[in-house]
Amino acid sequence: MEKKRKLTIAKAMSEAIALEMRTSPDVLVMGEDIAKMGGVFGNTQGLLDEFGPDRVRDTPISETAFIGTAVGMAAAGMKPVVELMFVDFFGVCMDAIYNLAAKQSYFSGGNVTCPMVLMTSVGGGYGDAGQHSQTLYATFGHLPGMKVVMPSNAYDAKGMLAAAINDPNPVIFMYHKALQGMGWLGTVQRSIVHVPEEHYTVPLDKAHIVREGQDITLVGLGHTVHLALDAAATLESQGIDAEVIDLRSIAPLDRDTILASVKKTGTLISVDDDYHSYGVGAEILASIAEQENLQLKAAPKRISYPDIPVPFAPEMEHHVLPNANKIVSAAQRILKVGEHV
Amino acid sequence: MKLTRTQKLWMFEKMVESRHFENLIKPAYFEGKQPVFNMAKGPLPGEMHLSDGQEPCAVGVCAHLRPCDAVTATHRPHHIAIAKGVNLEAMASEIFGRANGLSGGRGGHMHLFDKDVNFCCSGIIAQGMGPAVGAAMAAKLRGKDDVAVAFIGEGAANQGAFHETLNLASVWNAPVVFVVEDNAYGISVSKRSATAIERNADRACAYGMPGIFVPGNDPDRVFEAARDAIARARSGQGPSLIEIETIRLEGHFMGDAESYRPEGEKDALLTRDPITLYRTRLENEGVTPSTLDVIEATAKDRITAAFAHARQSPAPSPEDAFTTVFA
Repeated sequence: MEKKRKLTIAKAMSEAIALEMRTSPDVLVMGEDIAKMGGVFGNTQGLLDEFGPDRVRDTPISETAFIGTAVGMAAAGMKPVVELMFVDFFGVCMDAIYNLAAKQSYFSGGNVTCPMVLMTSVGGGYGDAGQHSQTLYATFGHLPGMKVVMPSNAYDAKGMLAAAINDPNPVIFMYHKALQGMGWLGTVQRSIVHVPEEHYTVPLDKAHIVREGQDITLVGLGHTVHLALDAAATLESQGIDAEVIDLRSIAPLDRDTILASVKKTGTLISVDDDYHSYGVGAEILASIAEQENLQLKAAPKRISYPDIPVPFAPEMEHHVLPNANKIVSAAQRILKVGEHV
Repeated sequence: MKLTRTQKLWMFEKMVESRHFENLIKPAYFEGKQPVFNMAKGPLPGEMHLSDGQEPCAVGVCAHLRPCDAVTATHRPHHIAIAKGVNLEAMASEIFGRANGLSGGRGGHMHLFDKDVNFCCSGIIAQGMGPAVGAAMAAKLRGKDDVAVAFIGEGAANQGAFHETLNLASVWNAPVVFVVEDNAYGISVSKRSATAIERNADRACAYGMPGIFVPGNDPDRVFEAARDAIARARSGQGPSLIEIETIRLEGHFMGDAESYRPEGEKDALLTRDPITLYRTRLENEGVTPSTLDVIEATAKDRITAAFAHARQSPAPSPEDAFTTVFA
C-alpha cells in the first residue's frame, strides 16, 4: 500500500512545478521573491536550489515587464510559470494579461499559442485590508481567452498545476491564502491531503462533487468549498442532505455538473468570496435560470462578498465574509426548515 | 538657510517618536500570535511593515513641509506619517482597527489618510507618485506655492509608474519632489539584482530633473538635500528626485525570517542605528545629555499615550463596513 504523504497546497505546487521542470527544459519560473525566498506563499520552495537562477528568476518589481516577457516566451514555445504575488496587484500589468496573453491565440488564428501560467494568491480574512485581500474571480473569469482555476486541496493543486503548465492557453492559477499551508497564516486542515509522488493531472474544466446529497446543492470554490462542507455537516444534523460541488474552474465554468446536480436536488446556493454583483454566483444562477423545463423547488441564492472594499478591522471584515453559518441559515430559509421557518 | 539646533532637535524628537511607535507595535503585534504565529490573530492582524532605520528619510524631508503640502507614502508609512504631523491618536487607533481611527478601522496600517495634514499612503508600489503630481498640479493651477512629496522605496523605481510620473512631472513642471528610500531590498530581492544601475538618482536626468544622492542615512544631509529640492519646487522651478541610502532594521514584514540576507549583514546594520548615531552627534555638538533625555522621554510619553488611547477606543460596529463606500 502506498504510504500517505500529506502535503500543503504550497508544497504540492512546488512539487508540480519541479516535476515539469525536470521533464521539460522549456519550463521556467519568474516572479517577485520566488527564488531565494521560495515565494511569499511558499509555492516555489526548493526550486532555486535544484534548477538554478537561469530557470528560477527573481524579478524586479516590474510586473508589466516580466508578465509581458512571459507572453513572449510563451509565443516562442517556452512554458513560463509566473507569479503575481497578490491578485490585487494585477492592475499595473493587466494589459499584458488580458490584451496580450489572452488574445495571442485568437489574433494569430490559433497559430501562436500562449502556454503560460500566472499563479496568484487570493483572499482575505486575516486583516490585510483592501489592497491585499481581494479575490477578483469574476474580473478574470469575465475575460475570454484565459482559463481561470483554483484548487481547494493539495491533491487538486498538484494535478491542476501540472495540467496548467502543459495547457497551450494562458491559465490564471489562483490559490487561496486560507488554504495555502503557510506557517504564518492559519490553514484549513482539510486542504492538507495525500498527494502522490508521481506525476498526474487533474482536468481544468471539470467541477468535482465532493459530497453527494439529495436536498440542496452548495457550490463553492477554493476556501468556500470548505465552508460549504462545514455547512453540509451542520445541515445533515438537521436532516438536510446537501450536495457540495467544488467548481475548481471559474473559466471555463462546468455548467453541466452544476445543472445535473440542481436537477437532482431542486435548488442551489452558490458561495464565493468575490464581490457580489456580476460575480461567480451571478453566472451560476443565470445559467440555471436560462434552463428550459427546469423546475426548482425553491429560489436559488448567492452568498458572496458585498460590494464594498475589504475593511481592515476584524469586526467589520468577518461580518461581511461568507461563513458556514450564513450558508446554513440560507439553506434553512430557502428550504423553509429549522429556526427560519 | 543653515540647519539650526532647533531643527536638529525637532528631527531627533520625531525620529524617537517614530521608533517608539514601532517599538510599541512589536509586542502588541505578537499578542495572540504566540506560540503559533498566525497573521490573522491578535489586536494587530495582517501584514505589518515597520520603519526602524528609515527615520532620517522622513524627518529630513518633512522638516520643510507645511500641513498644506501633500505627502504620499508607501506600505511602510509610520515614520513619514509621524514626521508629517499625522494625528498620533487617530493613527494608532486606525492601526488597531478602532472606530475612532483615521478611517474608522477601514484602512489599517497600509492605508492611512489624514486630510488635515494632507497625508496618505498605499500598499501598491509606486502608485503614490501620480497622486503626488496631482496634488502638486492642483496647487500650481490654483496659484498656491504648496508642494507635494512622493516617498517610494528603491524597488518602486523599476515600476512603469516611476518612469511615467517623472516624465509627466517634468513636462508639466510640477512642484513635486520624489524621495526614494533605498533600503537595499524589495522584500527579499536585493537592489543589486533588480536594478540596472547603481544609483536611482542618475535616472532623474533622463527626465530632465535634478537627481540628488544622499549617502549615509544621515538626517542632516537629507535635510539639506530636501531643503534645496523643496525650495526649487516651491519657487516654480520644477520637480527633483532625491535618493536616500537608508537601512531597514526589521524584516519586510513582521514575521519575516530574513533568510535572504547574507550572514552578518543584519548585525552590521544594527551598529548603524541612525537614532543612536544622531544622538551622539548632537552630544558632540554640545547638546547636553539631559536635554536629549527630556526630549526622548517626552516623545515616548506622547506615543505611549496615543497607544493607550487606541487600546481604550471602541471597536467599529460590523455594519460600519457598509458606509463610506460612496461619498
